[in-house]
Amino acid sequence: MNVPDDLLYTDTHEWIKREGDNVRVGITDHAQSELTDVVYVELPKMDRQANAKEAIAVIESVKAASDIYAPVKGRVVEVNKALEADAGLINREPYGQGWIFVLKIENPDDLKNLKDAAAYKTQIG
Amino acid sequence: MSEIAPKKTPLYEEHVRLGAKIVPFAGWLMPVQYTSIMEEHQAVRDNVGMFDISHMGQLVVAATPSSQKVGGEAAAATWLNTMLTNNIDKLDIGMGQYTFLLNERGGIIDDLIVYRTDEDTFLLVVNAARTEEDFAWLQSHLKAGRSPDRPSGGLPASAKPTAGGETAAPCTLANRSAEFGGVAIQGPRVVELFHALFGRDTEPPARNHIVDFPFDGTAVSVARTGYTGEDGVEVFFRATDAVKLWNAALEKGKTFGIKPCGLGARDTLRLEMCYPLNGSDLSPQRNPIEAGLGFFVDLTKPRFIGRDVLSRAKENGTKEKLVPFRMKEKGPPPRPHYAVFSGGCQSERIGEVTSGTISPSLNWGVGMAYVSSAHAKIGTEIDIEIRGQKFPATIEKKPLYKKSAS
Repeated sequence: MNVPDDLLYTDTHEWIKREGDNVRVGITDHAQSELTDVVYVELPKMDRQANAKEAIAVIESVKAASDIYAPVKGRVVEVNKALEADAGLINREPYGQGWIFVLKIENPDDLKNLKDAAAYKTQIG
Repeated sequence: MSEIAPKKTPLYEEHVRLGAKIVPFAGWLMPVQYTSIMEEHQAVRDNVGMFDISHMGQLVVAATPSSQKVGGEAAAATWLNTMLTNNIDKLDIGMGQYTFLLNERGGIIDDLIVYRTDEDTFLLVVNAARTEEDFAWLQSHLKAGRSPDRPSGGLPASAKPTAGGETAAPCTLANRSAEFGGVAIQGPRVVELFHALFGRDTEPPARNHIVDFPFDGTAVSVARTGYTGEDGVEVFFRATDAVKLWNAALEKGKTFGIKPCGLGARDTLRLEMCYPLNGSDLSPQRNPIEAGLGFFVDLTKPRFIGRDVLSRAKENGTKEKLVPFRMKEKGPPPRPHYAVFSGGCQSERIGEVTSGTISPSLNWGVGMAYVSSAHAKIGTEIDIEIRGQKFPATIEKKPLYKKSAS
């Protein structure tokens, strides 16, 4: 499974890319491979405030719906509208065109609670 | 559910070797998918796919030698006709039919296929989750010698004949599920694969027929039936021959684009055809009339368990009906247990979704729901509530997916 070294991770299989005061969030290669066949993404509302570990998006595969969580406290400043037309981007490019939302974070120290690539690799075995 | 460890089919190791995702289902460890539900679904629609159906149950009902001698007529057929809704008498040797096993209230214990494998011998292929219950139900009726034409006030349901003191049963009942494995091979290229497996000059059985064929030093039963809407066969064999047949089919099927397929694709394929799934669309609280499956109920038969209830249901109509629906907009997939509302401004709750998914063939949300009969007409606009939000849908005609002529 692809686990890029330059990203941070959650226990719930989101990846986090720091972009200044913002973080870009998606789901990991491992997560998309477990879900398979993503058919629908319910994106968070713009400007929504979210606490860490709050469910703010839903990914639906053929079989089931799964919640996606805000990795840290922040405000939604961007959502990936391309997923509305092609949810399969999450399967094909989980770390690229398949990103889900961008949060403006309140406190960069919150990122210290996240896992690095090595820790996430250990988690997924 | 009990804490009994799930059972493994004789093909379990093959599924693991092929990298399948394994899930517990109906007391069995079953492959839900190997690569992708979409790909497996498409393989069946375009080429051919193979499913492990070894978890399904096989019950055999046969006349006892004495009953044949004394009765002179088909004792097993006569008795089974009081247990099942469809008419056994329509079956020639080697033919099968879809039918229901009902409780006294007309509720569905199981939906199954019954084959007449000999003059007075029948094979019942039943749902995995219901095998034990079906067997116990049939056994209790067989032992008690009860049939629905007994005057009421006869034997109470709990009365069991004492050992040695029972009236001669008209036939024997055996649960042979553990002895058998099975695969469903489904898709437009199934006949080509059949020839590759059983010989160029061997013809597959006709639709709804079952025939035994020699295969690599053993014998297998092939039934021309399925649960996908495509041409297909279900092959039953001794559990010890399972791996041999599975691997031969995968090997010879390569030319035809075969894929091993899991329960995920089985569910999307059957739902596109509006074939009901027991436990979701059918239950002991639902009868075949409200499920829209009256075609498989022969009310001209003088008696069978549940007949009175079904006869009234047919005459007076039912409170609710099972209907297929299609979402009006591209959106989230409908799922079981989502609430259904009448469309328009005076929206009231009219029912519940029992099956739903994104149809891989249509790339669109579809499902089936029980709705109040007043709102069950084809073309009726309804709303499906998904995470607190209402999404419009339309009640459709069966099936939800129709193959365009190729």
